[in-house]
Amino acid sequence: MRVTVNPSGWRPSAPSNEQGEAQTTTGNRALMLEEPLIFEIDGGETTGVDFADMPQRATKLGGLERSRPIALPGLSEPEAVRHYTRLSRQNYAIDLGLFPLGSCTMKHNPRLNEKVARLPGFADVHPLQPQETVQGALQVINELAFWLLNLTGMHGVAMSPKAGAHGELCGLLCIRAALEARGDKREVVLVPESAHGTNPATAAFAGYRVENIPANAAGRVDLEALKARLGPDVAAVMITNPNTCGLFEPDMKAISDAVHAAGGFVYCDGANFNAIVGKVRPGDLGIDAMHINLHKTFSTPHGGGGPGSGPVVLSEALAPYGPIPYAAKYRDGSFKMVEEEHAGEEHPDGFGRMVAFHGQMGMFTRALAYILSHGADGLKQVAEDAVLNANYVLRSLEGVLDAPFAKSGPCMHEAIFSDRGFEGGVSTIDLAKALIDEGFHPMTMYFPLVVHGAMLVEPTETESKASLDQFIASVRSIAERAKAGDQSLKAAPIYAPRRRLDETLAARKPILTWRAPEPAQAAE
Amino acid sequence: MRYLPLSDADRSEMLRVIGAGSIDELFRDVPEEARLSGPIEDLQMHASEMAVERHMTALSRKNMVAGDGAFFLGCGAYKHHIPASVDHIIQRGEFLTSYTPYQPEIAQGTLQMLFEFQTQVARLFGCEVANASMYDGSTAMWEAIVMGHRITRRNKTIISSGVHPHYVSVARTMAKFTEDNLQTSLPRLTAETDVESLIAAIDGETSAVVVQYPDILGRITDLAPIAEAAHAAGAILIAVVTEPVALGLIKSPGEMGADIVVGEGQSIGVGLQFGGPYVGLFATREKFVRQMPGRLAGETVDAEGKRGFVLTLSTREQHIRREKATSNICTNSGLCALAFSVHMTLLGEKGLRQLASLNHARACEAADRLADIPGVELVTNSFFNEFTLRLPVEARPAVHAMVEKGILGGVSLGRLYPGIEDLQNGLVVAVTEVVTDEDIGALEAALKEVCA
Repeated sequence: MRVTVNPSGWRPSAPSNEQGEAQTTTGNRALMLEEPLIFEIDGGETTGVDFADMPQRATKLGGLERSRPIALPGLSEPEAVRHYTRLSRQNYAIDLGLFPLGSCTMKHNPRLNEKVARLPGFADVHPLQPQETVQGALQVINELAFWLLNLTGMHGVAMSPKAGAHGELCGLLCIRAALEARGDKREVVLVPESAHGTNPATAAFAGYRVENIPANAAGRVDLEALKARLGPDVAAVMITNPNTCGLFEPDMKAISDAVHAAGGFVYCDGANFNAIVGKVRPGDLGIDAMHINLHKTFSTPHGGGGPGSGPVVLSEALAPYGPIPYAAKYRDGSFKMVEEEHAGEEHPDGFGRMVAFHGQMGMFTRALAYILSHGADGLKQVAEDAVLNANYVLRSLEGVLDAPFAKSGPCMHEAIFSDRGFEGGVSTIDLAKALIDEGFHPMTMYFPLVVHGAMLVEPTETESKASLDQFIASVRSIAERAKAGDQSLKAAPIYAPRRRLDETLAARKPILTWRAPEPAQAAE
Repeated sequence: MRYLPLSDADRSEMLRVIGAGSIDELFRDVPEEARLSGPIEDLQMHASEMAVERHMTALSRKNMVAGDGAFFLGCGAYKHHIPASVDHIIQRGEFLTSYTPYQPEIAQGTLQMLFEFQTQVARLFGCEVANASMYDGSTAMWEAIVMGHRITRRNKTIISSGVHPHYVSVARTMAKFTEDNLQTSLPRLTAETDVESLIAAIDGETSAVVVQYPDILGRITDLAPIAEAAHAAGAILIAVVTEPVALGLIKSPGEMGADIVVGEGQSIGVGLQFGGPYVGLFATREKFVRQMPGRLAGETVDAEGKRGFVLTLSTREQHIRREKATSNICTNSGLCALAFSVHMTLLGEKGLRQLASLNHARACEAADRLADIPGVELVTNSFFNEFTLRLPVEARPAVHAMVEKGILGGVSLGRLYPGIEDLQNGLVVAVTEVVTDEDIGALEAALKEVCA
């Protein structure tokens, strides 16, 4: 296969050795600037905000006036803007290039979504405003809920969970509530090896005993092993589908039937719903509860690690057991947020709240705008292009990287590789760090655990063929060096704002807050 | 379909490389009966940017906007002015569209910011260490209770009646899983919070005492005696702060002996947004750091000896410890933490003090004027920017009646505590720096009318 790398022909200059490297007095290198901490720039009483003069009067603070300073640094507005702008330039982002984190899903974040979320009617509305003053906000929640139900073929939805893992907790609570309603106390949750790490943590956090179910050689749930473990003590099975090996679980319906026959419920980790949206409805596969990470499937921005949003769709059996609050539509066209516990017949089995207010409203507006922008035809195309891109990467790299499940059939939204065949102690991390120098964010490394030295690549539907070709060419070239045992890979990255960081030191001697260095303290 | 870059020619060429005849072949592991054959029901085809914007704008106009008139709502979410540069910074693509900083060498921007955020939060709360953000205040409170459970190896938690009822509801929901024993009670319309009964309830089984500061009615209580009593019994004190601006003017919970301080950071840098996304704050003592949930950014050096930052102590986290993790949190509120940190940096020590003073002065002025209305009584004699009035009428219908006049006049306790008779006449009024003299005048006139 011929690919064009870097068509403009621009090449970075070769790294110079330490002797030959030009030194600058500031430590800066042209546009790559070093930036101190705000505490080191602090000008004492400097502030970047002006307030009106304060009327003098007695306070009513119950005698608890602060007597000591907090020691918060302040910067003028230009200093603050410069500080954060300089910091921003030390971040890789989807706006800068491919971000192929498998199972994390970084796709283009449309700016229209940012614009609509900032409309004052959404951004400047209080969660406890009287309901007649927030009919539009309630309609957004109701409309998004409708599309989530429609796309998943489910019966109820809990909108309030704040993130995917929080949605898992919510789903398990619904399962527990349903079990308790029939007087059934079960203690075990089964979690296949290929599930996201949050799944066992969630089940344990929810008070369940966790048992692992092995994956079979093809990277899928071992149906027979699962069936053999089912029994009257199993509350739920938590499955990720498509799973973290990037594969669809073709036995999903059989798994659901077996779990239901044993009196348990099926929880599906919906983190990878972007691979099948518009193509498969999880409700048709017998799933009882599934969270949907809005940032993954519906493109809400992830901002360096959140906010997320994890609505949970529920089957007919679980729908009556969702948390409050929820938005309801009345015959006269008005909307109501049902938020009272024990609200009588309307919600006899409500179990209370997952969060203080209504969930991630700011994410709901973005997700709704995304769904409407794509429409029925676009959403289907999203899943198809995501799967096409992942399979293109899989086939283009399987000759050079070991692809343990390539024989299992097409992958879904993500392709998995291993470090088998690398020589001289070169490993996955070295390939990943070398990709940084090539201008790419590395793929997910060492996950899932079922694959040795795993590399999980999820290109998503918003990558062009040209960007994939460039990525493929870079991985090919680095993989060839890895197979030849090229020790220089261990020095990567060279061009990033930092060379490899000592994570062991950080964990051994944790420094989690800034403290003034000794001489500065003496001067005070 | 403006968000999808592949052309039909690309798609054909890629299928050829893959060796598939059609896209459907790639979905062959999905059983035929599970595949959707027709179009998605009820959903129209893709829409232009203009059409979507028009639809969303029409929906947004059905809401009454806080900034458009007299506005006095608080109870865990506050309307403050946010400097324009805060939103500018968080909209920079390198912050907005980056993921969790799993590759520290190319995520120093986010990691340094989180390290700065941790330091700001720890200092504000009077603690030694803080984590790098939680979902919100209510879930942070639950995480603190569970952490108390791990520290003390006891599971009885006494929650003050002054804690936000929605926060208590979240804790109660979660306690069903863990079978934690939560002791809760309802507030009364009095000037004092329940210090004596809290202290009396502490025993040898108590894991933690949870107190809100200022509390749901706006009252400010000295936490030191509670901390002392808790510590004497081998328990810890958890303080909940839903209005962090207050700490610019009053003592921090850490200073008064709280072992874990959690809070809602929405007030600083994050807009109201109808309830979320917000940002949870979480700080504690250094000796408890390995019991702390959530992400942590730590300082280290790179291969050349330069200072840099990484996510650290991840051996407590779900992706390593699976069912033995300290919490299941994966995503947090990184971007909201950035907004908090930028706003806090713009304020600085001086700005926060001024902002807090301005809030308190305005609230005192409003409280005096409203308490002068015949039949209206100011219940709280100590408060920061939020106080409680006892009206001569039920507060819930009064709030709705004021909406008719274009005034969002406060949160009725009847909404927060439906069915609790003693509280139905209570109105919680929040007054921040955005409230003008005219706004207070408008509330005064409207309240006079609905109370007459």
